Amino acid sequence: MPNQPAIDVQNISKRFGKQVQALEDVSFQVQPGELFGLIGPDGAGKTALMRILTTLLLADEGQARVNGWDVRKDYKLIRRNVGYMPGRFSLYQDLSVEENLQFFATIFGAAIEENYGLIRDIYSQLEPFRTRKAGKLSGGMKQKLALSCALIHKPSVLFLDEPTTGVDAVSRHEFWEMLQRLRQKGITILVSTPYMDEAGLCERVALIQKGRILSIDTPANIVGSFDKPLLAIRTDNMYRLINDLRQFESTHSAYPFGDYVHLALDRPIWPEAVHAFLAAREHTGIEIKAATVTIEDSFMELMTRS
Amino acid sequence: MKQLLIFIRKEAYHIFRDKRTLLILLGMPMVQVLLFGFAITNEINNARIAILDLSKGEMSRDIIQRMAASGYFEIGENLHSLSDIERHFRQGKTKLVAVFPPQLEEKLLRNTPVQIQLVADATDPNTATTLINYASAIIGRYMQEQNQGKALPLAITTEVKMLYNPRLKSVYMFVPGVITIILMLMSAMMTSIAITREKELGTMEVLLVSPLRPSTIVIGKVIPYILLALTMAAIVLMLGAFVFGMPIRGSLLLLIAECVLFVITSLSLGILISTRTETQQVAMLISLMALMLPTILLSGFIFPIESMPKVLQLLSNIIPAKWFIIIIKNVMLRGTGFDFIWKETLILLGMALFFIAASIRNFKIRLA
Repeated sequence: MPNQPAIDVQNISKRFGKQVQALEDVSFQVQPGELFGLIGPDGAGKTALMRILTTLLLADEGQARVNGWDVRKDYKLIRRNVGYMPGRFSLYQDLSVEENLQFFATIFGAAIEENYGLIRDIYSQLEPFRTRKAGKLSGGMKQKLALSCALIHKPSVLFLDEPTTGVDAVSRHEFWEMLQRLRQKGITILVSTPYMDEAGLCERVALIQKGRILSIDTPANIVGSFDKPLLAIRTDNMYRLINDLRQFESTHSAYPFGDYVHLALDRPIWPEAVHAFLAAREHTGIEIKAATVTIEDSFMELMTRS
Repeated sequence: MKQLLIFIRKEAYHIFRDKRTLLILLGMPMVQVLLFGFAITNEINNARIAILDLSKGEMSRDIIQRMAASGYFEIGENLHSLSDIERHFRQGKTKLVAVFPPQLEEKLLRNTPVQIQLVADATDPNTATTLINYASAIIGRYMQEQNQGKALPLAITTEVKMLYNPRLKSVYMFVPGVITIILMLMSAMMTSIAITREKELGTMEVLLVSPLRPSTIVIGKVIPYILLALTMAAIVLMLGAFVFGMPIRGSLLLLIAECVLFVITSLSLGILISTRTETQQVAMLISLMALMLPTILLSGFIFPIESMPKVLQLLSNIIPAKWFIIIIKNVMLRGTGFDFIWKETLILLGMALFFIAASIRNFKIRLA
């Protein structure tokens, strides 16, 4: 079957206890060789979804297939053929870098030499610390080691649960460069992240919030779907600014965005009108400029709509 | 097979790299044996006693001397009147007072019955009983010697022979007991912690998403700990033999084989606990609470099973430690071979198989 999706999720629901609806009717497909992002804030249900797909949890409803294998029935086949990197650093801290890699290679029945080509780029940076205990590595190094261990058996599908959380900006950048290279080697990658700015690095993304998928599309299309004029505004009193802007007649939505407040408008109006409105409300140090739409703006928009 | 080997190697790294835990594990049996051997003992040496000698004859002096020479007693004060006795006990100066009646020799020569009174402080009943027994034995033996050659009218005496432990040394009781407790607790606790630690650190998650079978994980965990537990058993046995003179009369090989069997039983019990718990602390508490008390109280280590209420006697049958203590006492003290303990061995083996099967069955292949 040439067109069989690498990951096929259909109407998956998962509940923890009676109160928490972790996932609600989630469906999406990831094509072979695709770098697919699962983007959403903490508690959106990303980890639960990852665990269902890696056969660690059973869904209450719906079906999911990885490489055509059912996550419930064919869990042994899936476990043999996928790579999984949990959100928390999950290697042996008292084992050295080398011993960890050797251990995971062996339990997957692989030899390091065989698949070294796949991890060379990543592991070569760890080579100088070969004998260092994994627990003594820096955050970025830990992630590289975990990725090496998840890749050493040449998985066809790679699941990465928030691989860049708690990692410095430089390491994050490097990590995503590695993912791009892996994708070129034909590995399907499902990666989850709470960082909206990382969404643009994926081929397609699913925006997920409170267990529901808001939108699935390419990052460009998601940004493009935002059709409202957008201004970035800053004054000396940011807290009052948001409340005041929300009372402005043409405001569609206003929300904090870095050092600014992003103001989405129902219709195009002159920035001077906004300036005048704020000045009338005794704001000082007013700065208004046009803002470029990002995934986060789309996400906020989708959230308010749903 | 390769998977199992690397798993065992990984587990061995965990054990040997955690130097502090290793030190505690190997030091604990030593401390326990020495504590039991020197401090917790019901043998009595050099107990302070007082004498009220109203006879002041040769005979009473002889008896007193023998008591002093026995090593059990240290003769403290000589009292002068009956009223002194009460005062003396109240001051806590003495554990026992021996009262010799006046005219001991004369009465004996005239064949009138004589009574030597032994007054003991029974606030600690065990000590009191032991002291009285020691003293009576010394006096009895003295009388026997005096009567030698003389025809006595109708005397029934008992001749006591204490088999296997003629001097009634308590080391014979506590070495098997300590080995049992240490093997049971350490083995169960160590494995239950080793597995829950992987759950806590999240490494179990990665192991689950791998082709490793539950049986490989369980067996890989158990094997290094068998060796560690046997090292502990060896330490206890050697301390028992060299410091306290505990004999090993049976086959050493049989003893080791039985130890291995018991260790496997305990380890699999630990794994069973870990399959049902999520954190190291809970696992440790359960191993301690659920295993320590029954092992100490119901195994026959301290309290004889025969004198327990019927319910507890029945309950003691499911305690693996009970069977192991029977086995180990037989092998070490009586020097019996396998043909006398096959039944107990079979019971232990059955328990081990049951626990292993139950833990592999209970092993969660998913997170929830």
